[in-house]
Amino acid sequence: MIGTGVLKGMAVTAKNFVGSYFVKERLITVQYPEERAPLPENYRNFPFLVFDNDPEAGLRCVACKICEKECPPQCIYIVKSDDKKPDYMGKQQFYPKTFDIDISVCMSCQICVEVCPFDAIKMDKVYELSRRERFDALLFRKTDLRKSNEYYHEIHPVEAAEVDAGLAKAAAEAEAKKKAAAAAAAAKAAAAKTPPASDAPPTPPPAPAPTPGS
Amino acid sequence: MSTTGFHELEQAPPPMTSRVDGDLMEVSMGPQHPSTHGVFRMNVALDGEVVRKLKPVFGYLHRNHEKIGERTSYLGSMPYTDRLDYFCSMTNNWAYALSVEKLAGIEVPERAEYLRIILAELTRLQNHTSLLGFLLSDMGAWGTPLMYAFREREKILDLFESLSGSRMMCDYMRFGGCRVDAGPDWFARAQKIVDAFPRFLDEFEKLIVSNEILIARTQGIGILSAGLAVSAGITGPMLRASGVNYDLRKVDGYGLYPRFKFRVPLGDHGDCYDRLMIRALEMRESLGILHQAMKDIPAGPIMNPKVKVRAFKPPIGEAYGRIEGPKGELGFYLISDGSASPYRYRVRPPSFINLTILEDMCLGHTVADVMVILGSVDIVMGEVDR
Repeated sequence: MIGTGVLKGMAVTAKNFVGSYFVKERLITVQYPEERAPLPENYRNFPFLVFDNDPEAGLRCVACKICEKECPPQCIYIVKSDDKKPDYMGKQQFYPKTFDIDISVCMSCQICVEVCPFDAIKMDKVYELSRRERFDALLFRKTDLRKSNEYYHEIHPVEAAEVDAGLAKAAAEAEAKKKAAAAAAAAKAAAAKTPPASDAPPTPPPAPAPTPGS
Repeated sequence: MSTTGFHELEQAPPPMTSRVDGDLMEVSMGPQHPSTHGVFRMNVALDGEVVRKLKPVFGYLHRNHEKIGERTSYLGSMPYTDRLDYFCSMTNNWAYALSVEKLAGIEVPERAEYLRIILAELTRLQNHTSLLGFLLSDMGAWGTPLMYAFREREKILDLFESLSGSRMMCDYMRFGGCRVDAGPDWFARAQKIVDAFPRFLDEFEKLIVSNEILIARTQGIGILSAGLAVSAGITGPMLRASGVNYDLRKVDGYGLYPRFKFRVPLGDHGDCYDRLMIRALEMRESLGILHQAMKDIPAGPIMNPKVKVRAFKPPIGEAYGRIEGPKGELGFYLISDGSASPYRYRVRPPSFINLTILEDMCLGHTVADVMVILGSVDIVMGEVDR
C-alpha cells in the first residue's frame, strides 16, 4: 500500500524522539559552555615549549631550528642566541632569542614534535583561542609559548612520563660518561704524576710539540 | 616573446548559451547554494524546468596542493593530504604513504597493516553514513536523517580523535607504519561501535529503503550506463552501482586485503537509488572486514625502524600508489629526483573524475533532480579543487 514506507520512517523518527528522553545513546550532545566533553589523552591542538623549573633558564629548546625547517606551513620563526647557557644536563647550549609560532597558520600536524630531538616542543590542548585581532594576537611569542613540565604532565600524563623517563636515562648516561671520562682523566693524571716504577722500562720523553709555521 | 598580456587572458568566459531567444534560461546554481557540497557552481541552461545544458564551474577552493607538495619534504605533504578529502583523512594518508613506500621500497609491519585496514574501513563507514545523510538532506529531508547519520559518524570520529589526536585532520600514517599504537581499551571501544553499527543501519534503512518519496525521487534518475562509466574513468561505488565489478581491494590487493573475506556489492541500473543502496551494502561488508581485522590483529611493532623521520630521501624513480577510497580510486603519482622533495606530485582524486560526467547524467532531468544526482556522486570540494 502506498504510504507505508513513509509511516515506517516516521516510526523511526518517533522512536528516536521519544528515546532521546530515556536512552543515553540517543542523546549524545553536551551543553557546551556549561558542560564540556572530556578531551582524549592524545588530543592535540597547537605546539608549546616545555621548560623545567625556570621559564627562562630551564627552557629545553636549544634553537637547533629543525622544527622551523620541517614545519609544513612554515609557521615557526626562530632566532638563535649569540651566547650559550647550560641546559638541563649542564651542557652549554644555545637558546632561542626569539621563538614565534603563528597560530593562524599552524595546522596542528605535530611534525615539529616528532622531529624535535630534545623533547622541547609538545602539543597543547587549549582550544578556546578566539581573538579580536587577526595578526598580533594570534602570533604567539616565546613568553606565550613556554609552559612548565608539570603542565605537560597534566595534559598528557602517559606521554610525559615516557619523555621524562627517556630524558632521565639520557641524563644518567651522560653523567656516567662524564664520570667515566673524569675518572679516566684522573687516572691518567695520577699515572703521569707518579714516577714510573724502577722495573718498568723508562718511558721515552714526549716529543716536543711542533711549533706552528715550522 | 608573446605579447599577450595577462589582462587579455583574464577575460570573462563567453556565455554558455550563445543566443538569448527566450528558449533557454541560464541559471547559476552555486557557489553558495546550500546543497552543492562546498563551493561549487553549476551553470544550468533550462527549458522550463528541464536541464538542457550543464556546465560545472569549480576552482573556488583551489589552494595549490600539488605545487605545495613539490616544495615541502615528503613527510611535510602528509598533513596536507588530510585536507584533500576532509571526510576521509585516514584513507588519504594511506594512499600517500603507500605511494611513497612503493617509491622507496619500504616494508610495513603486519600490525600497522592491520591498523590501516581497520582505520580505512572505519573511514568508509563514516563517509558513507554521512553521504546518506547529506543525500537525504538534498532531497528535502532537512536535518533529521543528517543528524542521525552525524550521530553515528561522531562516534567513529571520537575513535579517530583518541587515537590520532584530531577528529578529521588525523595525520596518522607515516612511511613504514603508523604514528601511535592503539591500546586494548581503544579496540574495546571500536569493537563496541562496530557491534552496534548494524542496528543503526537497520534503522536507517527502514527510514529510507521503502519510503515512497525517496523511491520516486531516486529510481530512474541520473542513469549512468556501464559503458560510459568505464570510458569516463569513473571509480568507486559509482562505477559499481552501474554494474561493473571493479574494486581495487580485490583487483590490486594492496595492504593485506587478500587475506580478508568480503563481497563486492554491485548495482543493476546505475541510477541514484542504486548508488544510494550500494553504499548501505558496502557498509555491511566493511563491518565484516572490521570484525575479521580486530579478531586477527597481531602484536608487534607498528613502525619500520629503518625509516628516517628527518631528511627522508627516496631513490630516483617514480611510483603510483592507489587505494580504494570511500569515493573511488585515490592515487598519488610521485616522481623523485633523489632530493628531499618530490619532483612531481600528482593526485588522482576520485571526486574530481567522478564529477566529469555530471552533465551526461543530468540532461533531461529537472533542476530538483540535479541536486540529488550531484549528491549521489559523493564529492568533496577539497578534493575536486585541491
